[in-house]
Amino acid sequence: MKLLSARRRHPMALVVLLLVGLLLTGGAYALFTSNSSAKAQEYSSDDVAQGQKLFVANCATCHGMSGQGTENGPSLVGVGASSVDFQVGTGRMPLQMSGPQGQVKKQQFNQDQIDQLAAYVASMGPGPSVPEGDYLDASKGDPAKGGGLFRTNCAMCHNVVGAGGALTRGKYAPNLQNVSEKHLYEAMQTGPQNMPIFNDANLTPEQKRDVIAYVRNASEEPSPGGFKLGALGPVAEGLFIWFFGLAAVIGITVWLTARSK
Amino acid sequence: MTSKDHDGAAGGTLDTVNGFTDPGLPEHKPRITDVEPAAAKVAERQVAAWFILSMIGTIWFIVSYFLFAPDGSLGRLRLQNAMLGIGAAIALGSVGIGIILWAKTLITDAEVTEDRHSIAGSAEDQAIALEILNQAKEESGIARRPLLRNLLIAAVAIAPLPAVLVLRDLGPLPGDALFRTLWKQGVRLCQDPGGVPEEDRPIKLADVTIGSAFHVIPEKLRESEDPLNEKAKAAVLLMRIRPEELNIEPGRENWSIDGVVAYSKICTHVGCPVALYEHQTHHLLCPCHQSTFDVTNHCKVIFGPAKRPLPQLPIAVDSEGYLVAQSDFHEPVGPTFWEIHTRSTDA
Amino acid sequence: MSNTVTDSKFLTGSARFVESRTGASAAVKEFGRKIFPAHWSFMLGEVALYSFIVLLLSGTFLTLWFKPAMGEMHYEGSFAPLRGVEMSEAYASTLNISFEIRGGLFLRQLHHWAALLFMAALSLHALRIFFTGAYRKPRELNWIVGVALIAMGMAAGFTGYSLPDDLLSGNGLRIIDGLLKSIPLVGTYVSFFLFGGEFPGTDIVSRLYTMHIMLVPAVLIALIGVHLMFVVIHKHTQWPGAGHTEKNVVGEPVLPTFAAKGGGFLFMIFSLLCLIAGLFTINPIWNYGPYDPSPVSAGTQPDWYIGWMDGFLRLMPGWLEFYIAGYPISFNIFSALLVAAVLFGAMIAWPFFEAWLTGDHRDHNILERPRNNPTRTAVGVAATVWYLVMWAAASGDLIAVFFHMSLNDVTYVLRTLFFLGPILGYIVTRRVCLGLQRKDRELVLHGIESGQIIRLPHGEYQERHIAVDPHARWKLTAFESPAPVPARANAKGVVPRSERVRAKFAQFFFENRVEPVTKDELDAAHHDHHGEVEGGHDAELAGAGHGELPKGH
Repeated sequence: MKLLSARRRHPMALVVLLLVGLLLTGGAYALFTSNSSAKAQEYSSDDVAQGQKLFVANCATCHGMSGQGTENGPSLVGVGASSVDFQVGTGRMPLQMSGPQGQVKKQQFNQDQIDQLAAYVASMGPGPSVPEGDYLDASKGDPAKGGGLFRTNCAMCHNVVGAGGALTRGKYAPNLQNVSEKHLYEAMQTGPQNMPIFNDANLTPEQKRDVIAYVRNASEEPSPGGFKLGALGPVAEGLFIWFFGLAAVIGITVWLTARSK
Repeated sequence: MTSKDHDGAAGGTLDTVNGFTDPGLPEHKPRITDVEPAAAKVAERQVAAWFILSMIGTIWFIVSYFLFAPDGSLGRLRLQNAMLGIGAAIALGSVGIGIILWAKTLITDAEVTEDRHSIAGSAEDQAIALEILNQAKEESGIARRPLLRNLLIAAVAIAPLPAVLVLRDLGPLPGDALFRTLWKQGVRLCQDPGGVPEEDRPIKLADVTIGSAFHVIPEKLRESEDPLNEKAKAAVLLMRIRPEELNIEPGRENWSIDGVVAYSKICTHVGCPVALYEHQTHHLLCPCHQSTFDVTNHCKVIFGPAKRPLPQLPIAVDSEGYLVAQSDFHEPVGPTFWEIHTRSTDA
Repeated sequence: MSNTVTDSKFLTGSARFVESRTGASAAVKEFGRKIFPAHWSFMLGEVALYSFIVLLLSGTFLTLWFKPAMGEMHYEGSFAPLRGVEMSEAYASTLNISFEIRGGLFLRQLHHWAALLFMAALSLHALRIFFTGAYRKPRELNWIVGVALIAMGMAAGFTGYSLPDDLLSGNGLRIIDGLLKSIPLVGTYVSFFLFGGEFPGTDIVSRLYTMHIMLVPAVLIALIGVHLMFVVIHKHTQWPGAGHTEKNVVGEPVLPTFAAKGGGFLFMIFSLLCLIAGLFTINPIWNYGPYDPSPVSAGTQPDWYIGWMDGFLRLMPGWLEFYIAGYPISFNIFSALLVAAVLFGAMIAWPFFEAWLTGDHRDHNILERPRNNPTRTAVGVAATVWYLVMWAAASGDLIAVFFHMSLNDVTYVLRTLFFLGPILGYIVTRRVCLGLQRKDRELVLHGIESGQIIRLPHGEYQERHIAVDPHARWKLTAFESPAPVPARANAKGVVPRSERVRAKFAQFFFENRVEPVTKDELDAAHHDHHGEVEGGHDAELAGAGHGELPKGH
């Protein structure tokens, strides 16, 4: 059978799946991706040890003493350093409160501590590591190619210029304007929360850089037409004409028809 | 003159309502510009100043057109746009303010009363009109010659038919266009490149890891006759879910591989691309009208205005390890249409 | 005629030239001293008219560079983030207007902002007409022309919005395609004929272009002409007030006052639109990218005046689609067309319904203050609330993000409000109107509270009330409060069924009402509270004829 032959040719896929199935204890929060191009960053054993201390103190309540996951938080085995760098670096983790999704807030750890945490989590199992600087340089990307990729893969959730948008049941895709290049890359690489994972076969590192170049361009270039009104499209424009345009018009009509003294 | 100037008490035209008598228009109070020539002089100077400012606005616009000509940078364009807008606003607005100030301060502001007359013509006019119509009826014989009248009506009534007929070639008849897409057995699933066209990028099964979502087009889409029309039907979303989370319906067991599923991206409501994939809840959300589809249950609608599930594309792996379609969709993609059940697809 | 002109000492030079060839003096005589009442709310229609003039001017410029063609090409213009991207000529030429033509972006923004203001001013104008009862006889036909103007305005807006062939408007067209396909029996054919085959095809932009620059504006201009002609025939309505009667119109003459103010106002509206177009981005199509059937942006919405129909589509649940003998009835979709028909149909029918309900077939040239007709005002608010709920639904996703709510909850709330909102709006508005009317009665009967406390000789403290002056009092008392007319028998002595239905409706609508104060009531009030109301004595009240007894009204 065709299906069987297909499976036979991909024994790794099955093995990987099996491995994941064994390792995961919790339900739907599996974060797993193979990321061939990202080279494993070297962490010292001291980093791992320091990271473990931080982890036990700050993360273990939800993610388990050894990151295996609990009812309150997913397993972190195999999520990789990149995921830690994103989640902790943007302040989403540690979670302030439970809700539809983690919120961006002021980060609670400095970059050294985040690296130590990342080192510890990376030691639990192989996963994507923090991206290399070369792929984060927006000036090397092509914003035109990135724009096409962004519209196809990202705009339906984040809006064409990354202004953000709603998902189901209180979740949302955040505004990308002030997100750093590194965090943009890591988000594509690891698929935080409900965002799909864009592995290197889906968007190559160069393509990710193109996307970053587009996002930077869209958020940093001035809007040639003037104030952007939040780049939210016709709704913002409609509200503007009613609450500013018509208000100004009514002001003029009142002045026009008032008797002068 | 049908109007007369008003002097406060409009004589016998005042009404009495609910026992109160209309006190008439309030007395007209002169403005300061009416009584003090100096104030009128000031007002005149103000109006003149506005007209001069208008000319400055016009010149500003002309200068901005050349001085801030775009050089390819968006900042420069923004500057020119703002300067042109402000110049035009000053040029026009100052004229407007000047004229209105003139009217408010220097032109008399005494209210004037005009009488209304019945909208209907006088009885005499109505009688004359009726007579003309009757005369026309008599002279033309339109009442006495019903054959001519009826034929005329019939002839005029069908005269527009040729014009309507020519509209026939506005478009071809639907035929089976909505029942087929470019997908057929062995057609590779390729990545949608977005705006800048490039070589087909077929997808291997191993590329589709858990949690990923691929936006897919059929291979050789660009070589088809109408690529946009074909893409509007053939766009597909490819996802991988852990197989134990998928509820596979009998008859569709071999439509997916190891949890890799492909569904039409075209909403069954009114056709927007349903592209918002939440990889943890496995919900697909349409950004236009918020229809929500559950990927684990054959994209059944779980919220919103859509009714039909998204059609699934049966997929397989070819000898080189690339994902291919097994056949076309088993039902039409996109919005429901009247003939949707009159035939089946080529699958 | 020509003799008198030649003999006239007043006409010389070019004026004589024109007069002897056109007879323009008749027009000057007819229109020169026409009276227009001055009130800010009477200027809203003019805002729409002036926005339309701006639309015609800016639109004409845009046609000089826009190419309504859908051939595919690669962009090589100056906007870097789209270079090399495949797009239609229509989209590329719109980019060209925006980035290469000096002032082109300004004209595009001016055109689009003017369109939004045109529709907003039309809407507000229609609300003003409705809430003041200005549509009543003899102006019903002009009201219908106005309704047609709103519908044509929507058509003009939608056809124009779709021309640049960008991603946002393309998805809008796709929704139109889905909407058309949902029409039972003929839907698929209508869609194929409109798009010249399958969606999106290569014809739609040029077809919409023809409609947008020729057919729709021609109809709009014709309707505007009829609308203004009716205003001349009927003469303008006026607010109730002392000296304002059904038989006169009080205001400013066209020449010179009103023409000056109106002309100045045209310049000011034009100026305001230029300022907005210079400073505020609208429809940044370069961000949306060219139309492509696969991508879509979060927050895909139409322009505001189409929003209510899009919102309606979002509110309908999917189970409204069902099958009869294998054929789909997509009621969840094509009902958007029905809702539009209901809304426009109700607007057209309302003046006639109201006349039938009240049995009032007289001419009305004096407006009603909204509070003085609580039922109409409540019906108008109910309809407005209904519209607003649908409108809000079109931005449900943005509301959810902005207020940190669940998208689904926003939809559930709006679905509930779709039914309850108009009912609540009706009840609350009626209460508010009746309350305001009672407040008016209080004001007339007991005067204005001055805030001054006086001590009477016998030691009692009282607040001094100041009587309302006769001009203000006239405005507060000179109106009718329609009472339900009971079912009447016809000539044969039978009460027809329709008449009984009418009486039931009338009872429901007009049962609760507040009567205006009469002279007798006021006199009685003054008698009861002798000395309390400053100026309450007849003798102290200024105004000739005040002391007269009611003249048998």
